[in-house]
Amino acid sequence: MKTGLLLNIALALLMARLKQSVVAAAGVTFGIAMFIALISFMTGLNKMLDSLIINRTPHIRLYNAVAPSKTQPVDRAGEFAGFRNFIQSVKPKDEGKRLYNASRIIEAIKADGRVIDVAPKIGTTVFFNSGTIQLSGMIDGVDVHLEQKLFHLNDNIIQGTISDLGTVNNSIIIGKGLADKLIVKPGDVVQVTTPDGDIATLKIVGIVQFGIAEVDDVQSFTSIQTAQKLQGKPAGYITDIQVKLKDITLAPVVAKEYARLFDMDATDVQTANAQFETGTTVRNTIAYSVSVTLLVVAGFGIYNILNMLIYEKMDAIAILKATGFSGNDVKAIFIQLSMVLGVVGGIVGVLLGYGLSLIISHIPFETSALPTIKTYPVNFGVTYYLIGIGFALITTYLAGLFPARKAAKVDPVVIIRGK
Amino acid sequence: METPVLQAININKYFLDPVRFRVLKDISFSIGRGSFVSITGKSGCGKSTLLYILSTMDTDYEGELFLDNEALQEKDNAALALVRNQKIGFVFQFHYLIEEFNVLKNVMLPAMKLGKFSNEMIEQKAMQHLKTLGIYDQALKNASQLSGGQKQRVAIARALINDPLIIMGDEPTGNLDKKNSDIVFGIFKEICLENKQTTLVVTHDPDFAKRADRIIQMEDGKILL
Repeated sequence: MKTGLLLNIALALLMARLKQSVVAAAGVTFGIAMFIALISFMTGLNKMLDSLIINRTPHIRLYNAVAPSKTQPVDRAGEFAGFRNFIQSVKPKDEGKRLYNASRIIEAIKADGRVIDVAPKIGTTVFFNSGTIQLSGMIDGVDVHLEQKLFHLNDNIIQGTISDLGTVNNSIIIGKGLADKLIVKPGDVVQVTTPDGDIATLKIVGIVQFGIAEVDDVQSFTSIQTAQKLQGKPAGYITDIQVKLKDITLAPVVAKEYARLFDMDATDVQTANAQFETGTTVRNTIAYSVSVTLLVVAGFGIYNILNMLIYEKMDAIAILKATGFSGNDVKAIFIQLSMVLGVVGGIVGVLLGYGLSLIISHIPFETSALPTIKTYPVNFGVTYYLIGIGFALITTYLAGLFPARKAAKVDPVVIIRGK
Repeated sequence: METPVLQAININKYFLDPVRFRVLKDISFSIGRGSFVSITGKSGCGKSTLLYILSTMDTDYEGELFLDNEALQEKDNAALALVRNQKIGFVFQFHYLIEEFNVLKNVMLPAMKLGKFSNEMIEQKAMQHLKTLGIYDQALKNASQLSGGQKQRVAIARALINDPLIIMGDEPTGNLDKKNSDIVFGIFKEICLENKQTTLVVTHDPDFAKRADRIIQMEDGKILL
C-alpha cells in the first residue's frame, strides 16, 4: 500500500506537467519504435543476404583437392635431413576428383548426431555449344530431393522446378545468364561438350537465377545420374560431399575432424564465406548503435524534464519530507515517475515499432537475387521487442535516478525557511 | 513531575556561512504534556532555528534532544522521518499544500504514509478534523481554490491527522489577518485542552505569544526566563 501511495504521488506530479510528460514519453516511444523497426528491418535484410550465400553453401564440403605430393624425394634423402628443401619435382598425381568409398562415408556422416543431412554432388566443367561458339559453364549433378531439402534451390528457380530433374531424363536447369546467351527456354535442348570431348544433348526443364551475374552465366544443374552418364562414370562416382550441421558454429571443428577421419580435404562455411559474417556483424552494429543513440537522447529528455519538475515542486518535496516521507521515499517517487514515462512510452513504442515493421514488410522489393521475394524482408523476432522494452526501462531508470537523488537530498529546512 | 514530552539539553548551533557564528547558545528546557508553549523574540534571535532543530529536520547541532524519552540525536534520517511522521505535526507560515491533490488528500497524505489505518478510516478521520476546523464543505476542492485562512486550517488538519504528541508551528498566523489569526489560535488552544496534545509555536506576534500557557523568550541565541 505504501508503494501504491508513492506511485499515486508520482502520477499526480506527472499530471501537473502533462504536456512535458507526454513529450518525454514520446521521446521514449520514438526511440523504441525506431529501434524495433530498424533492427527488424536490418536483421530481416541480413537473414536474406545470408540466405543468398550461406543457405546455398554446405556447412562442410568434403572433396579431393589437386595438391602436390607432401613428401618430395629430396625429403627422403637422409643426408639432407634438417636442411631447408625447396626442390619440388613430383607434380600432383592424377587421382581424379573422385571420392573413394563415398557411399560408406555418406552413411557414416549421416549417423553423426550433429548433422542435419548429407548430399552428394558431382561438379564438372562443360562447354555449351551455341552455333559455332562454345560457352564454358559448370554442371552440378545433384540429388534432387536432398538439394531442395538442404539448399532450397527452388527459391531461385524462376521457371520450372527442381523435381523436373528427377522426372525428365537427361534434363538440365541452366542459369539465367546462360539461357539468355544461348537464347533458349525450357523445353529446348542444349548441346554440351564434356572435358573428355564427349558431346551430349540435354533438355532444359528450368531456369535458375542467383542474382550474381558470374554465377548465372555459368551455373547449371542436373541430376546425379545424368552427370555420371555425361562423364561416362560408374554409378558410385561422386566428387563432393556436402554436409549441413544443426549448429553452424561447429563447422570448423567438425570439418577438421572429418578431414582427418576420411583422409580428404574439407572446407567449412566460415572459412569459405568469411566476408558475409563480417557484413552481418557490421550491419547489426550500425543498427544497434543508431537505436541506442535514439534512446539515450530520449533519456536526456526525461532527465531534463524531471530536473525542471523537481525545481518546480520543491515545496511539495519539502512538505513531504516534513510530514515524514524519508529521502528514499522521495527518491522512489521520482524514479517511479520516470519509470511510468518509460513504461508508457515503451509500450506505445513497441506498438508503433510493430506498425512500422508491418509497413516496411509491405513495401515492394524486387530483387533479381531472390525471385521469390516480393516485399522487403522484416524479421518479427520477439527478442527485439523485449530488448526494446528492457532498454526503455533501463534508460528511464537511469534518467530518473540522478534527479531523484537530488530530490532526496533536498533539505526541507532550507525551502521552508526561505519563504 | 511527569516526564516531559520534549526535552532539550545544552543545544548549540553554529552557522558556518559566511563566517562561523554561534546562533544558539546552550539552550536547555523541557516541555510537559498538554502544554501550550510559545517561543518568541526579535527577528534573528534564533527562535526559528531552534524550532527546526526541535522538529528533527535540522540535524546539524550539538547537544541532546529527547522526544517522548527517545534520544533523537542518534537517529538516522530515515528514523527521524518516521518520528516526524508519527509524533510531530507541523504548521508553517506558508501552508505548503500540494496543489495536485484536493484538500482531503492533502490531509490524508501523512496518515497514508504511516499506513496504520485503512484508507477508509483515514478518510473518515480527515473529514472529522475538517469538520472541527469548519472547512468540511471544502474537502473535495483543489488546494489552490481556497482562501489563505482556509488553507492554513487545512494545514492544521494535516498536522493533526496522525494524532501527534506535539504540534509545532512556525509563525502559523504570520500570513493571516486578525480574524483568521484568532481562529487559528483558538484551534491550537482547543487542541491543547481537549486532546492533551502539546503545542509549540514560534511567533513574533506578541498578542499571540501572550495568550499561551508558557512563553519562552529568546534573545541572541539564549533563553531569557
